[in-house]
Amino acid sequence: MTALRVVIVDDEEPARNRLRELLEDCRAELPHTIAGEAANGVEGLQIVTASEADVVLVDIHMPEMSGIEFARHLQILERPPAVIFVTAHDRYAVEAFEVNAVDYLTKPVRAVRLLTALKKAATGARLTRGVLESIDPAPRRYFSVAERGRMTLVRVSDVVYLRAELKYVTLRTQGGEYLVEESLTQLEQEFGGVFVRIHRNCLVARRSIRGVERGAETEGEAGWSVVLEGVEEKLPVSRRQWAQVKSLVS
Amino acid sequence: MQSIRQNDLPDALPNFRNLGVMSRILVSVNALALLFALARSREIGEFAAKVTEIAGSLEPILLVVVILLYAGSTLLKRLAYVHGLLAVLSIVLAVTAALFPLRTLLGGSGEWRELVWSLGHAALGTGAIAWYFHLRNRAFSPAISEARLQALQARIRPHFLFNTLNAVLSLIRKDPKRAEGALEDLAALFRTVMVDNRQLIALGDELSLCRQYLNLEQLRLGDRLRVDWRLDPAIEKALVPPMLLQPLVENAVYHGIEPGIAPGVIEVRIERRDDRLWLQLANPYHEDYQHRQGNHMALANIRERLQLHFDVEASLDTRIADGRYEIGIAIPYRTSL
Repeated sequence: MTALRVVIVDDEEPARNRLRELLEDCRAELPHTIAGEAANGVEGLQIVTASEADVVLVDIHMPEMSGIEFARHLQILERPPAVIFVTAHDRYAVEAFEVNAVDYLTKPVRAVRLLTALKKAATGARLTRGVLESIDPAPRRYFSVAERGRMTLVRVSDVVYLRAELKYVTLRTQGGEYLVEESLTQLEQEFGGVFVRIHRNCLVARRSIRGVERGAETEGEAGWSVVLEGVEEKLPVSRRQWAQVKSLVS
Repeated sequence: MQSIRQNDLPDALPNFRNLGVMSRILVSVNALALLFALARSREIGEFAAKVTEIAGSLEPILLVVVILLYAGSTLLKRLAYVHGLLAVLSIVLAVTAALFPLRTLLGGSGEWRELVWSLGHAALGTGAIAWYFHLRNRAFSPAISEARLQALQARIRPHFLFNTLNAVLSLIRKDPKRAEGALEDLAALFRTVMVDNRQLIALGDELSLCRQYLNLEQLRLGDRLRVDWRLDPAIEKALVPPMLLQPLVENAVYHGIEPGIAPGVIEVRIERRDDRLWLQLANPYHEDYQHRQGNHMALANIRERLQLHFDVEASLDTRIADGRYEIGIAIPYRTSL
């Protein structure tokens, strides 16, 4: 059996040091190597993809990207590592872990518990989006795009619009375009007030809307287009969504 | 059988140097007088005349009594409740009797029957006010116990305790000296939280508690946590309710520092302006993290305790400006009870 590759993600340095010490204590019984450590989720995702880690120990409560969001992004990888959540005190999350039989450790962590969790991790079931959402329904701060073993993160606040195309959704930022495998309806639910639907296949970021422009009226479209901040393109508004869009721009 | 709760907060005379108490006395006595005038008059014209008549004899007495109570407040405080009440009653009766000759100037007869009549009303009025303060005391005493209990649970977040213990564990093998220091700070912090803290304490003590707490947080958060102290050196002896600042500093770390990757500054500014002590606290404001639990518990708790200690003489305001969350507290500057 080859040694497990473990990655540690925690924003507090003493907490990372402590996990390293405990891992050392477990090494005799369970061979493993520490493939890297990170102080936040964004760095953590780069390290995990670069090192092809088998297990990630991740704190839930971190700035910028919570441990739960971190785990959601991991799931787009072809072969995501097992995740062991670590938390000091988060009653709500702990209840959700218990309900969904997700493995977690409480701080201060005990070496025995860590060992059990590591052994189980190798055979553990893959986390699903539904389970992670039930643990923390807060909207993500990033979209993740996996390409050839690398992961690109796009800030939700940088996205100008989202457009459904066949089985993908195109994310458009001022700087580029990305394809993600998500459903527009689910995105609309997750990000509620941030995006507004202007068409059956299109959500636009509220703060990017500059105004509307009269265009040619065609079947199913109201003959109006949305003008956007930082993007040349003008997006057609459907007749059904026109009332809502109009109330936004007036 | 007497319960422990009842012993907890015995009846006591109100603090006659408190603005709130003073205004309550003045307002309620005058309200009583108005009711009395209303009861004794049959028409509007008569009511106005009655009010003038009563005010003429009542207000001088009331003013002198209030001044005497203010002056004698320290002496009165030493007496047992019942003795204190009797002393207050004697003061009221003595003043009423002493000022009785004034009544003849206002058209009174000056007869002894009228004197007895006045003394009777004075005694009734005093009784009514004493009853009112007694009820008020009753109404607030469960709040004190409640506030204390709630405080014990809310002040030190479990989140903080477990994270700190974890950080101390990380030091034990590599830096045992630092681990010792951290555990000592933690013990000191819990000792203060666990004692009965209804008495005012010196601000200097509260500040050292805050420093111990921040030392522990520094251990975990390192460079991310920066504190800018701006303290007027003359304020160390000022009396404040215990755990006035620590929960606010803890909130500042939890809501202002932890959610940020970049270093954040907590600013603590305390100064004396005339007879007021001003405490101001500011920390970075992270809009996205407002759903974090326990946001307003500590604040509501402190607001309630300030009211119990200082009544209307304390104020607590919060605002969000330039990406920072600010709390301002003003209380009377005092160095002795």
